[in-house]
Amino acid sequence: MQHILVLTVVVAGLGAPVMAEIAPADVPWAEDGSISESLTGTPGKPEEGKVVMTTNALGNCVACHAIEALPDVPFQGNIGPQLDGAADRWSEAQLRGIVVDAKHTFPDSFMPGMYKVGPFIRPGVAYTAKPPEKPEDIQPILSAQQVEDVVAYLMTLKE
Amino acid sequence: LALTAAHADPVQDDQLLINGEEELATQAPAPDHLEGALGDTVYSGWLFRDTDTRAMQKDDFDNPMFLFVDAGLETWSTPEGTADKSCADCHNDIEESMKGVRAQMPKVNDKGELWALENYVNDCRTNRMGAEAWGWNSQEMKNMTAAIGLQSRGMPVAVKIDGEAAPFWEKGKEMYYTRFGQLEMSCANCHEDNFGKNIRSDHLSQGQINGFPLYRLKDQGAVSMHQRFVGCVRDTRGVPFEAGSQEFRELELYVASRGNGLAVETPAVRH
Ligand code: HEC
Ligand code: HEC
Ligand code: HEC
Repeated sequence: MQHILVLTVVVAGLGAPVMAEIAPADVPWAEDGSISESLTGTPGKPEEGKVVMTTNALGNCVACHAIEALPDVPFQGNIGPQLDGAADRWSEAQLRGIVVDAKHTFPDSFMPGMYKVGPFIRPGVAYTAKPPEKPEDIQPILSAQQVEDVVAYLMTLKE
Repeated sequence: LALTAAHADPVQDDQLLINGEEELATQAPAPDHLEGALGDTVYSGWLFRDTDTRAMQKDDFDNPMFLFVDAGLETWSTPEGTADKSCADCHNDIEESMKGVRAQMPKVNDKGELWALENYVNDCRTNRMGAEAWGWNSQEMKNMTAAIGLQSRGMPVAVKIDGEAAPFWEKGKEMYYTRFGQLEMSCANCHEDNFGKNIRSDHLSQGQINGFPLYRLKDQGAVSMHQRFVGCVRDTRGVPFEAGSQEFRELELYVASRGNGLAVETPAVRH
């Protein structure tokens, strides 16, 4: 809660969203695996989030989760819980935490951290099977703004 | 959900009857060492594939791997190398000498090393024939391992995991549960925790290796076990070990042992 208040003051004080993006290593985790601060300060766009969630090369959330609200998306997986109603079950801060790195909420989760750059065991550069030459070669799966977009879409999933 | 109901758990109403005569058991009681990790039954990957793919494996004329088996059988009796010897010169009839060999691989050799079938083949080529080693994933190697594997078809997988094999097996087991790559996924995450479920359009099996080398429709070619391991680790956004590496031979032993009791299906068909 406190974070949100601070953020509001900062943003209100300076007018436009000027907050620097929070890097994966600096994410302000709460004890319960939630993240109350926006990663970018720019509100997410639900429409963009929907694209990220259903595109293989981006979030590909539908690989594991079915979303009945998106009946046109083919081959939805059934590994994780169906996401309809996610916003009834979780707060925005909790959803952000789950998307950034679900292991803070569900310790042994199968769900990959979407905004995480390590430590990993034998990480490769995307799907090339090649080891990174420098640390920057390992980029988070989603950008900070894409995370915000996904969270914004999840917040529309009310039943 | 209509969209995900297209695939179901291991099929219940089909039998792997080869050429209308030889039935292969596609499930078996789970080996004790799994301690219930896969429930009480282990299932062949065949049971997780669609009707057309399953049908291709039922008839050796429809199974594209038999082209490669035939090539392997031809090589079996073709002299090569400085010794000008063929496999048949020493091992005679493949149907007799190689019966049961696949079912026990990989195993510890007399020098105490863990060898896969490919190692034995290349050992004979280089040390007994004076011929060049074949690449682990070369077509020649797959032809030969398919021809040799076929001689065990229907026999239960029976790799040894105790005695000298135990330390290798332990390492393979550790690897099986290690979460590799940026996606932090272990073999067990997909093939133990989630077999029977769909990850996008892929229907997850138990990741058994009793059918290798097998024909993969997606690749339109033969695929070795280690090639499959490479692909699965790459898909975690990870860096796989090399085909033929010590690590993948240990993993092979462990994965094979998870299917102890399943019938050898070599050469299988998957998509
Ligand atoms: C490889 C599988 C996988 C992928 C990909 C995946 N998830 Fe998950 N997710 C899970 C699993 C499994 C759970 C259940 C929690 C656990 O791990 O025990 C879960 C839980 C969740 C939950 C909480 C579920 C609820 O409503 O109670 C949300 C929200 C969620 N995921 C969102 C996402 C989003 C958004 C993406 C993509 C950006 C995504 N997931 C990608 C596997 C996945
Ligand atoms: C000059 C003789 C010779 C030739 C030629 C030869 N082998 Fe061998 N092979 C052997 C001997 C000897 C062994 C070890 C037998 C043993 O230890 O029981 C062996 C072992 C093997 C084994 C392991 C069998 C087991 O049960 O452990 C395989 C597989 C094999 N050979 C395949 C081949 C293939 C394939 C070729 C041709 C590409 C070939 N061999 C050519 C002599 C030969
Ligand atoms: C991200 C999920 C995932 C992970 C992690 C994974 N696999 Fe797979 N694997 C698959 C998929 C999807 C297939 C194709 C469908 C099937 O047979 O399950 C497959 C197929 C296989 C097959 C072929 C089975 C057959 O009958 O043809 C084997 C063997 C296998 N995997 C072994 C492994 C091993 C060993 C590991 C760990 C090094 C591993 N997999 C990790 C997803 C995964």
